[in-house]
Amino acid sequence: MTITIASGKGGTGKTTLSSNLASYLASQGKNIVLADLDVEEPNSSLFLKLDKVETKIANKMVPHWEKENCTLCGKCVDVCAFNAIAKIFDEILVYPQLCHSCYACSELCPTDSLPMRPERIGEITHYKTKNFDFVEGRIDLGQEMSVPLIAQTIDYVNENFSDSLKLFDAPPGTSCPVIEATKESDFVILITESTPFGYNDLVLAVETMRVLNKKIGVVINRYGIGDNQVEEYCKKENIPIIAKIQNDKEIAKTYAKGELLYEKIPHFKNSLDDIVKFIGEIK
Amino acid sequence: MNAKEIVVISGKGGSGKTSLSASFAYLEAKNAIIADCDVDAANMHILLGADFEKQEDFMSGEVAVISEDLCTNCGDCYNVCRFDAITKMDDFHKVDPIACEGCWYCSRVCGHGAIEMLTQKAGDVFVSNIKNNGKMVHAKLGFAAENSGKLVSQVKMKAKELAQNLQKEFIVVDGSPGIGCPVISSLSGAMVAVLVTEATVSGLHDLKRVQQLVKTFHIRSCCIINKADLNTERANEIEEFCKKENIEVIAKLPYDITFTKAMSEAKPIVEFDEKSEVSNLIKESWEKIKELARK
Repeated sequence: MTITIASGKGGTGKTTLSSNLASYLASQGKNIVLADLDVEEPNSSLFLKLDKVETKIANKMVPHWEKENCTLCGKCVDVCAFNAIAKIFDEILVYPQLCHSCYACSELCPTDSLPMRPERIGEITHYKTKNFDFVEGRIDLGQEMSVPLIAQTIDYVNENFSDSLKLFDAPPGTSCPVIEATKESDFVILITESTPFGYNDLVLAVETMRVLNKKIGVVINRYGIGDNQVEEYCKKENIPIIAKIQNDKEIAKTYAKGELLYEKIPHFKNSLDDIVKFIGEIK
Repeated sequence: MNAKEIVVISGKGGSGKTSLSASFAYLEAKNAIIADCDVDAANMHILLGADFEKQEDFMSGEVAVISEDLCTNCGDCYNVCRFDAITKMDDFHKVDPIACEGCWYCSRVCGHGAIEMLTQKAGDVFVSNIKNNGKMVHAKLGFAAENSGKLVSQVKMKAKELAQNLQKEFIVVDGSPGIGCPVISSLSGAMVAVLVTEATVSGLHDLKRVQQLVKTFHIRSCCIINKADLNTERANEIEEFCKKENIEVIAKLPYDITFTKAMSEAKPIVEFDEKSEVSNLIKESWEKIKELARK
């Protein structure tokens, strides 16, 4: 089973929840793998004691121009829908960052002058913690497209940990990276806070998950601040509220230090128990 | 003269970026156009009382559509699609619009003219009147839509046009989180980047990554450390990092419930509690940012 922890708004506690939940479930003897799919800003590793197992270079396939047989017909330029290829005088230029790896230019080239070759976009690293496995995708600076790396990180997890309960820490937002991170999940936990921003972004996230036909539940973080819009919305939309994590400056302080919370903060542990119980009942 | 663009960004979400940029927007409304480029989770309009006066469709990205009548079920499209977007049905092939990348490859190889590429509505762009007689440009990305980087560019273009027409000195941009395409679009053309971070391990980690990106743009930057009293050690580490990178730390703000309270009343902090210490610190920061932009 795969459970993704996502949120429309950043800073609502995705990483805090996923790293604590992974560790807590593992401490109960469950076979867990946690994957950090927030490849632009992967943070889970900051909260875990890790031993590196292996690092794999993640590539995407990009055309490379070979001029020997090229007739400069310009077909590659015409077929590229992403403006990733240009013909400048007697040269073909490829802009790898704009390339979506669709292969059209390469396979439609009459002289096979644009073979696809791998080009580095980031890294996938497998770590072990005391009692669970952790996989992180980390995109290189300056790379614009995180989706291929998210997809490869998920593939890595699926290939290596088919028997584990998989927890995915998703990137924030509602656009392509989140869709990639959640599309194969059995269940999506949306974490939010009871503020106007939290509410606004939750609605967007819920709508997105509905387009994707995902089963969802909500965890309200920093419960007690703000208003009750989130609760009323969930009630109206029939979305289960899995847990409410009390607002507590101690949580913020413990987090700031980079420590796991459930060992130190009893009410946080109670909330994790609610989530674990809920997960146990997901069919 | 072109308006000076000031972009407020933070690698990490929840560090107070929008609360701060809305405050700057409120203070400078008369002399600036405000742009919310955090299009994935656009929130700034809530604090600024936007009236959604004008709306335009944001058209972006194309999706393949296969005509059931023309399709001969030959499978050529299926064979070339690298995005698993095409499924074989009994009598014809079908496209999953969410998986479709809009690359046109299937449409180009289809020998029966059965595949059409249709431009999608991917969101809305709004121009609104806001508090203090200001104007802002903001957007809503369609559900499960892509191309947020392009939408950011469109919001910025619109803001520039307004700033030009209305002779405003500044454009205040609430930037996107992360380091990917929407942030790159947010930063391009900017004069000053204000890096908002928080005194936590993630705050420092994400600041480092985002600064690497900002550097490549050769723009002036300064830093605001929010929740600075959460962990003095982390705050110090952030300050050291900024010193090394030659970024001025223009304010250290306390962990303050005012951020949330103001948000709950849909007000920027400087409107909610004008005389508070945090408000004063924010006002001072804004003066410093303007100075930096005018240099």
